[in-house]
Amino acid sequence: MSTGNMNLTLKVWRQKNNNTKGALVDYKLAGISPDMSFLEMFDVLNEDLITKGEEPVVFDHDCREGICGMCSMFINGRPHGPKDLVTTCQLHMRSFKDGDTIVVEPWRAAAFPVVKDLTVDRSAFDRVIAAGGFISVNTGNAQDANNLPIPKMQADAAFEAAACIGCGACVATCKNASAMLFVSAKISQLALLPQGQPERYRRVQSMVAQMDAEGFGNCTNTGACEAECPKGISLENIARMNRDFASAKFVSEETV
Amino acid sequence: MSDINSNIPEGELTNKWTKYKSSVPLVNPSNKRTIEVIIVGSGLAGASAAATLAEMGYKVKCFCFQDSPRRAHSIAAQGGINAAKNYQNDGDSVYRLFYDTIKGGDYRAREANVHRLAEVSANIIDQCVAQGVPLAREYGGLLDNRSFGGTQVQRTFYAAGQTGQQLLLGAYSALERQIGMGKVEMYTRHEMLEVVKIDGKARGIIARNLITGEIERHFGHAVVLGTGGYGNVFYLSTNAMGSNVTAAWKAHKQGAYFANPCYTQIHPTCIPVSGDHQSKLTLMSESLRNDGRIWVPKKKDDNRKASEIPEDERDYYLERRYPAFGNLVPRDVASRAAKERCDAGYGVGASKLAVYLDFKANTERYGKIEASKSGIHNPDKETCMRLGTEVIKAKYGNLFDMYAQITGENPYETPMRIYPAVHYTMGGLWVDYNLMTSVPGLYCTGEANFSDHGANRLGASALMQGLADGYFVLPYTIGAYLSKEISVKAIPTDHPAFVEAEERAKGILNTLINIKGTKSVDHFHKRLGHIMWEKCGMARNEKGLKEAIEEIRALRAEFWSNVRVPGIAEELNPELEKAGRVADFIELGELMCIDALNRNESCGGHFREEYQTEEGEALRDDEGFAYVAAWEFKEGVNFELHKEELKFENIKVAQRSYK
Repeated sequence: MSTGNMNLTLKVWRQKNNNTKGALVDYKLAGISPDMSFLEMFDVLNEDLITKGEEPVVFDHDCREGICGMCSMFINGRPHGPKDLVTTCQLHMRSFKDGDTIVVEPWRAAAFPVVKDLTVDRSAFDRVIAAGGFISVNTGNAQDANNLPIPKMQADAAFEAAACIGCGACVATCKNASAMLFVSAKISQLALLPQGQPERYRRVQSMVAQMDAEGFGNCTNTGACEAECPKGISLENIARMNRDFASAKFVSEETV
Repeated sequence: MSDINSNIPEGELTNKWTKYKSSVPLVNPSNKRTIEVIIVGSGLAGASAAATLAEMGYKVKCFCFQDSPRRAHSIAAQGGINAAKNYQNDGDSVYRLFYDTIKGGDYRAREANVHRLAEVSANIIDQCVAQGVPLAREYGGLLDNRSFGGTQVQRTFYAAGQTGQQLLLGAYSALERQIGMGKVEMYTRHEMLEVVKIDGKARGIIARNLITGEIERHFGHAVVLGTGGYGNVFYLSTNAMGSNVTAAWKAHKQGAYFANPCYTQIHPTCIPVSGDHQSKLTLMSESLRNDGRIWVPKKKDDNRKASEIPEDERDYYLERRYPAFGNLVPRDVASRAAKERCDAGYGVGASKLAVYLDFKANTERYGKIEASKSGIHNPDKETCMRLGTEVIKAKYGNLFDMYAQITGENPYETPMRIYPAVHYTMGGLWVDYNLMTSVPGLYCTGEANFSDHGANRLGASALMQGLADGYFVLPYTIGAYLSKEISVKAIPTDHPAFVEAEERAKGILNTLINIKGTKSVDHFHKRLGHIMWEKCGMARNEKGLKEAIEEIRALRAEFWSNVRVPGIAEELNPELEKAGRVADFIELGELMCIDALNRNESCGGHFREEYQTEEGEALRDDEGFAYVAAWEFKEGVNFELHKEELKFENIKVAQRSYK
């Protein structure tokens, strides 16, 4: 069994709730194993704090295998930390060095208000999906699945867009706090599939309208979202969404 | 022998569901608008039910403890979903899926439920594809399939190693559509803490708003629990950190029987434990056993690297012991075989608690096929491995990346090290054919109920059951109950039953906060997990189980006198949430051991060392134990056993063999 010998200094954002101001607080940690995940390192910190009679750091996490999208730490200026294509829960301490100082903050965006410490409210994403991120098919209405062959390349492209875990790293890293990568991934998934065609132009208009209403910023083609996305969602999706949004004005019989 | 009624419809097995559907009472549209249904949980079983009931016109309230319904742990399912489509023309059928599931469950599941599951399996695939779920396809544009353990046909549909994610996002999108239309009220970051019963019927819940700590009362004409399994009773499992038994356990304490709690599934292919800091275990999908061969060295305590061990010094023990199914034996069999090798001293890696899962042979085989496709004849080994690696990457890339990230090793070059870990719980709240618990008006779906997998679940059947229950079964069966409730007006939540339930919930929270002991919640959870894994894990015996029961009782007393929960109840307080869940896990752990002790036989995931064949296989006792053990909660923490006899009229019960 591994016992660690890494010593670290953490600067962690502590904020009681949305009505109070927060600040970075320093913590020293010793005996960290390089095999620990970043969140397991936080478990050690919290166990220490509880033992000392202090309040543990609140952070979102659940599956701890990189798929639920719940974990959301902004580590040394990057969402999900220094490694590409991983979530915070899959980041391991071997990516850091003994003696490092690590700064950990919550996602920062007007549309993602801080709830407490490192936890933010991402319900804006749900409302964007509720505005049109679906195909309107009630249970029981489906035909046999193989009656609708879909070219493999197209299905694979839809799958790649659908791999988004809704963590919000794209928003957190964007200087405009734009949600274009998230929104365009869902729009693309459905626009690439034949099932998504009937509502294609209505969908893009409703979802973009909701995105704007939630207070997300605009896209200025910096590409930080793609670079920081733990699932490698491509900027092409944004281009596709923009095309569809522009086309919607001409092709759609109904404007939303 | 039965003292509980499972309400299975009369008639031929193959016609029961069809006949039921055409004769079940209906609720007319104007009445549906005034009937409220509460759904707790937003995973496959909860989200699909919430969306479907709202589509049908009911007023739905849905609750989840996560920040969004899309985070439910169904999302982490990797490998696939079974359906009797027979698209591969390999002889599959509804009967065969039914048969495989009953046999896979070691003849401890209810025939009528399993047959219904097999019947609706094909509809699930149709529904998901219609929703835009991007399942894997072949070049011809049709859906692809792969093999899973315990079957000899290819009936598993998949989306790379993210099938659960894609299916859940499908159900989530259907749910969000209803939320957008105002037909479902969604309560995220809410945890159910009590079931409210009025005149014996479930009429609502008490839930805690996890952000504000406020305790809320919610009325429903019926309540549905789709709250998942209880694998986290072992502390270390493949479940999400928040997965818990609390909703089911509170229902149990209000009269819902808990069935077969000792049936837990230990999944054979997980990344081994690396240290004491470990907070959870990560699964490597069963689909990897399509192309990975499992082996250990033939020599004991062999410390050479895998690459240094020549072919003839490797023991491919599953292929050796089970030539007919080889690496694709069911999970319980594969897990026990791995434990047997490691216990005998053949384990690998630093902890010696691991076996190899090796892709080399199949990588080379795929490479040869690819070379041939590109017109390269007699390719050298290097070319084969290079081309084959591309194929493996396309099939399992995300799993290989995950493995590399967690272990720091490259699985394309060196075999994976794997070991069994707690993954799924077949036991759960007892339900009848209608998915109703022993409390009228209280339903239970998906992993949270006990009904379809017997003593062992086959791979790719959990997604199938969750969606079958939510999309296609509950929406019919709940109508049978609600059709009799149309004259019941919404009951105001100042009714004494709501007040009393709220007091119970608040009382527990206040007690936990005010113990102000010295040990953290995790400290107790880890100790409980250790007892469960050692004495009620992959192998159990009478002595160990009796010890475990005593140890758990002592742990419970210590927990309630010495746990430390920081902070207050009127704020976001994850330690308080965990404390409530661990308190329930401790009580459940005791019941699991009691159930395991009662079941003097081995079957599926329940392996009692006293009951095994000469070859070390599980030895059932069909005379004595062909029943569902449904436990009733009694004052204090005591349990009374009820039995539902299992009748096999369509399948010949036999010793399970995968040789």
